[in-house]
Amino acid sequence: MTTTIFATGLVKTFGRTQALDGLDLHVTLGEVHGFLGPNGSGKSTAIRVLLGLLRADSGRVTLLGGDPWRDAVVLHRRLAYVPGDVTLWPTLTGGEAIDLLGRLRGGLDRRRRDELLESFDLDPTKKARTYSKGNRQKVALVAALASDAELLILDEPTSGLDPLMEAVFQSCIGEVKREGRTVLLSSHILAEVEALCDRVSIIRAGRTVESGTLAELRHLTRTAIVAETTRPAAGLAELPGVHGMERDGMRVRFEVDTAHLDATLRHLTGFGVRTLTSQPPTLQELFLRHYGDEIEETPQPAGALR
Amino acid sequence: MSTLAGTPALVRLALRRDRIRIPVWVAAVAALVLVTAQSVQGLYPTPGALAAAAAVVEDNSTALVMNGPAQGLDTLGGRVAFEVGAFGAVLVALMSLLLVGRHTRAEEESGRTELVRAAAVGRQGPLTAALLVTAGADALVAAAVAAGLIGLGLPVTGSLTLGAALGVVGLVFAGVAAVTAQVTEYARGATGLAIAVLGLAFVLRAAGDVGDGTLSWASPIGWVQASRPFAGERVGPLLLALAAAALLAAAATALGARRDVGAGLVRPRPGPPVARASLLRPAGLALRLQRSSLVAWSSAVFLIGVTYGSIAPDIEDFVGENQDLGELLAPSGEAGLTDAFLGTALLVLALIGSGFTVQSALRLRGEEGAGRLEPVLAAAVTRTRWVGGFLAVTLLGSAVVLAMGGLGTGLAHGLLSGDTAAVPRLLGAALAYLPALWVLVGVAVALFGLVPRVAAAAWAVLAGCVLVGLLGPLLELPGWVSGVSPFQHVPRLPAAEFSTVALVVLLGVASALVGAGLTGFRHRDIG
Repeated sequence: MTTTIFATGLVKTFGRTQALDGLDLHVTLGEVHGFLGPNGSGKSTAIRVLLGLLRADSGRVTLLGGDPWRDAVVLHRRLAYVPGDVTLWPTLTGGEAIDLLGRLRGGLDRRRRDELLESFDLDPTKKARTYSKGNRQKVALVAALASDAELLILDEPTSGLDPLMEAVFQSCIGEVKREGRTVLLSSHILAEVEALCDRVSIIRAGRTVESGTLAELRHLTRTAIVAETTRPAAGLAELPGVHGMERDGMRVRFEVDTAHLDATLRHLTGFGVRTLTSQPPTLQELFLRHYGDEIEETPQPAGALR
Repeated sequence: MSTLAGTPALVRLALRRDRIRIPVWVAAVAALVLVTAQSVQGLYPTPGALAAAAAVVEDNSTALVMNGPAQGLDTLGGRVAFEVGAFGAVLVALMSLLLVGRHTRAEEESGRTELVRAAAVGRQGPLTAALLVTAGADALVAAAVAAGLIGLGLPVTGSLTLGAALGVVGLVFAGVAAVTAQVTEYARGATGLAIAVLGLAFVLRAAGDVGDGTLSWASPIGWVQASRPFAGERVGPLLLALAAAALLAAAATALGARRDVGAGLVRPRPGPPVARASLLRPAGLALRLQRSSLVAWSSAVFLIGVTYGSIAPDIEDFVGENQDLGELLAPSGEAGLTDAFLGTALLVLALIGSGFTVQSALRLRGEEGAGRLEPVLAAAVTRTRWVGGFLAVTLLGSAVVLAMGGLGTGLAHGLLSGDTAAVPRLLGAALAYLPALWVLVGVAVALFGLVPRVAAAAWAVLAGCVLVGLLGPLLELPGWVSGVSPFQHVPRLPAAEFSTVALVVLLGVASALVGAGLTGFRHRDIG
């Protein structure tokens, strides 16, 4: 069994809102899988389906070899979850909340718990009510990381952490990965995704639009090229996969689909390349391309709101 | 005036948020008062009937405890004021303190006040807006009641006075809630404290009205009753209450000016770094979350029980040879008058104690709505086990609250009358209401499992039971209406015969409702 999460064609509607529209998700054993998508694209809904908190209207989902709705409790002993928006019992201390959440899923490693409290610099004697968003997240993270769960499901676990704590988190996940455990990580922090994830799935409007390793996904993007040639580089713009051609004397600037990079460079060298800089696609661009519609949407004019 | 900046906008916000809630409160309070007034009119059509009823009341502690001083009972207006005055005052006070709490500390606890105050809103803006909106609601109740009473043909001066009296009680308790909102960081605690003050005010005036009246002057409800609607009206006491309301508002403002947003006057202390083993299961968590609430409800019911129990021994003396009154209190003639009085007292205690029951049962929905259920169910906890843990606390907690009520009544009665057997007898009699309370648990769980969005309707069901239990006889409701309330099926011990059948049926209904709710919950989405 090398598949930890296998979901296909998941559909979930709330009234007239279609939260999931045929979502596919495939996470293999021992990988850190990035789960990305714009706000409201259905990431948290998908995670709640995986946890058996919501029942999908249709589609098939297997998690750790079981049915998340039917076998919820058996499966939950083997996984740990950090919600995106951590709410705690205001009158309990952070330490009590950690113990409670840990115990309810089957127990946690006390020594590990104390180490994590130390590295996350969290005071367990404070009432949860007084915690900031970041500190509430630390409570949920410590409870999850101090467990021996095979699978960690983390829903934007670091959105409230400072860069120092982000580094602590990354080293913790690195350790989890070395131990061969599986992580499903929903995140908007691209540096974190780049540092931790073996594979990513990008969803939009409740549907998976891209899935693969980061290298594979990069392949789908464009490389930016700036070159100076001895003779004017003719016919470049007509080549397949070349976009945004700009010419300034002997200098050309364009973007090329990574799949056509080789052919384009061959063409270019025919004009005597003097200087060449190429910029590999950044993750940022990758995501902007997939999140695109969301960003280009024109915001409501402020006057429309009272 | 910069501390008040933004107040008009906050008033509009509060009105927008409560555009259903405030009209419903105002209409419900005014309607209850007016419907009662109308049925009083029907009950006593002639001066003779009024005089006879007045004679019965004069020395009847039960009536004095529940209603207030016997004044102007020879007139229809006086009778109306007697029947609705104290009851209406408690309702208006509840409305006011809940509204103020909702728009002050609850907003602050949720963090929304921080957002609001970060805008161009002055320090006193939120509190001022809450008080203004509540005062508006109180004024509406006062106007509706006064207009309604005049419409029923009662004297104008008395109607205006009774309306004003109710409105002014509301203002005083709006002030009380404004102060308690400054004390603690928790909305629940702040409201609980304000309700405790209301309970104290009711008990003080009850004790005063049974005694020589001095203690009534320690209670805001006593003040407004001293305005004597329909019985030689006096404005002075109302002005006293108004001054108290203003003073409380000023005190709240002064306290609020001294503290940080989100903070209370009572500072939170550090707690344990690790959890005790007893916390680490759903029932333990449920108990921990409701510990202080259980203690508060138990003590309140115990104290009210003590009040009733200490009055009971005097009942026989009051009645003496008065056959009519005897008939009224104990129609069967078999049970003693004292027992009849105690039966009514225990019903009232059970109805009050149900407040804990409903509040506790609705914790299920509260935890879900706050998002705290999600991580718990994402752990290895079945839905049934989680509900079971919380329900155990609700079901047993209800028994504790009832037992404390019976114990308070029994101890006070037993000590004063020398009848030590009264303690176990009244304890048992109070616990006979447990199946009725459990039916309310069933209602709340069924709503939570099947239609979670309207789970709070369980409060409306309790309100219906209170209405049937306290005003049912007066309103002359048909049997099938009052029969819906589980409390009507509990034998009115110690006077009535014990009936196992009724209690078993109630238990059956409760289990069926809980079962239905649990099934619904196990098959629905969380969130």
